[in-house]
Amino acid sequence: MSTPSRYWREIPQRYRLEANKCNRCELTFFPPRLLCPECKNRKLEKSKLTEKGKVITYTIIRVPPAQFSDQAPYAVGIIELEDGVRLTGQIVDCAFEDIKIGMKVKLEFRKLFEEGHAGILCYGYKFVPHGE
Amino acid sequence: MEGIIGYGAYIPRNRIKVEEIAKVWGTDAPSYKRGLMLEEKSVPSPDQDTITMSVEASKNALKRAKIDPADIGAVYIGSESHPYAVKPSGTVVAEALGATPEAHTADFEFACKAGTESMFVALNLVKAGVIKFGMGVGADTSQGAPGDALEYSAAAGAAAFIFGRDKIVAKIVDTYAYMTDTPDFWRREYQYYPQHGGRFTGEPAYFKHVTGAARGIMQNNDMKPEDFDYVIFHQPNGKFPLRVGKMLGFKKEQIEPGWLVNKLGNTYSGSSPLGLAATLDIAKPGDMVLIVSYGSGAGSDAFIFKVTDHIEEVRNLAPLTRDLLDKNKNYLEYGEYAKFRRKIRKAD
Ligand SMILES: [Zn+2]
Repeated sequence: MSTPSRYWREIPQRYRLEANKCNRCELTFFPPRLLCPECKNRKLEKSKLTEKGKVITYTIIRVPPAQFSDQAPYAVGIIELEDGVRLTGQIVDCAFEDIKIGMKVKLEFRKLFEEGHAGILCYGYKFVPHGE
Repeated sequence: MEGIIGYGAYIPRNRIKVEEIAKVWGTDAPSYKRGLMLEEKSVPSPDQDTITMSVEASKNALKRAKIDPADIGAVYIGSESHPYAVKPSGTVVAEALGATPEAHTADFEFACKAGTESMFVALNLVKAGVIKFGMGVGADTSQGAPGDALEYSAAAGAAAFIFGRDKIVAKIVDTYAYMTDTPDFWRREYQYYPQHGGRFTGEPAYFKHVTGAARGIMQNNDMKPEDFDYVIFHQPNGKFPLRVGKMLGFKKEQIEPGWLVNKLGNTYSGSSPLGLAATLDIAKPGDMVLIVSYGSGAGSDAFIFKVTDHIEEVRNLAPLTRDLLDKNKNYLEYGEYAKFRRKIRKAD
């Protein structure tokens, strides 16, 4: 179980997909890094991930971690965003049989889990089908 | 000149039909459909609430406003279903947009009127010159007790409006508020479902305040129903907004573009704001629009907007409200709906 302080530290990434990039190597880092692992550049520029992408692969979780037990079964996918960054996240608002490799998805802001009946509500991104 | 510079809507994809609810409680679906003028309603997914829908509607409003979210000086969320009893919804929404830390935020509550309240305050702070941009959101995931008449209509949705001074899509002409203490609908602390005064919610509550606000703002501006191209009233069911429109002398054609309730249900704080968003989706430059909300307890806020040329440039930068309503729907059975709305819960 995460604590409010850990959740709070991850807010810039969880809410706003804040990343950073090395302009020398043209690499994007998510979560953001202090220095580029390739060229040791410390002058990394703030950036934001794109909100659309496609499903690379996915699985159905039937035996989830405790805080997700209310949600099981649910789909978790690896999504490649339009800027090339790959993220792991739940794929929701879509029947399991309709999820396809290569399917276009977009990010939506959702409640990720609740800390029991009395703890904090944890929000962040999930993926939903994006037909267009 | 001040007014709306961006607007956005969000409607969850799930729906439940009146027949599906009537089947469980052994009631007569055709008479409910006729009586409420309602066919189906939206239902949030278990991971959606006032905060998540407010974020999505606000992001759509930002796409149209095309401003730096850091310049938003106020983020106001109106809802009767704020997820926390203590802790603001507005902080999460402002953080998700990137409007923090230099912003004022508050959660408004006034039954179904909370959405227009947040708009009223954000807009008037912009008018007063206190802030450059202000955002007002109306959002709800409302609940009716199982088997209660409200269960057929209580729905979910959100609409967000960003106000500013330049690149306005709808100029504010005037605002007006009409309010008395009328106990037609309430929910006490620790109660899960609201109580209502049955027929008492009609004449002395909805009709008195909506007509009071509509007549007041028209009188102050020396305007008549025929001076407006469109009018939006709060939509607790299909019948009330049509009947109040007729009482005031408006025609069905003025009401229909913003009348979403037959396929959407009552989205409470989101109701008249979503109607305004749907109306802006089809409005032409120069159109005059009147919106009158209603919140039990009881009161109405009224706004007159004049649509500008800029509307054509921003309209298609975010999803249209009718598309959110009509496309990509997922119909639920009552059991799934009861789980989604936590009317039944899994053992710990
Ligand atoms: Zn580098």
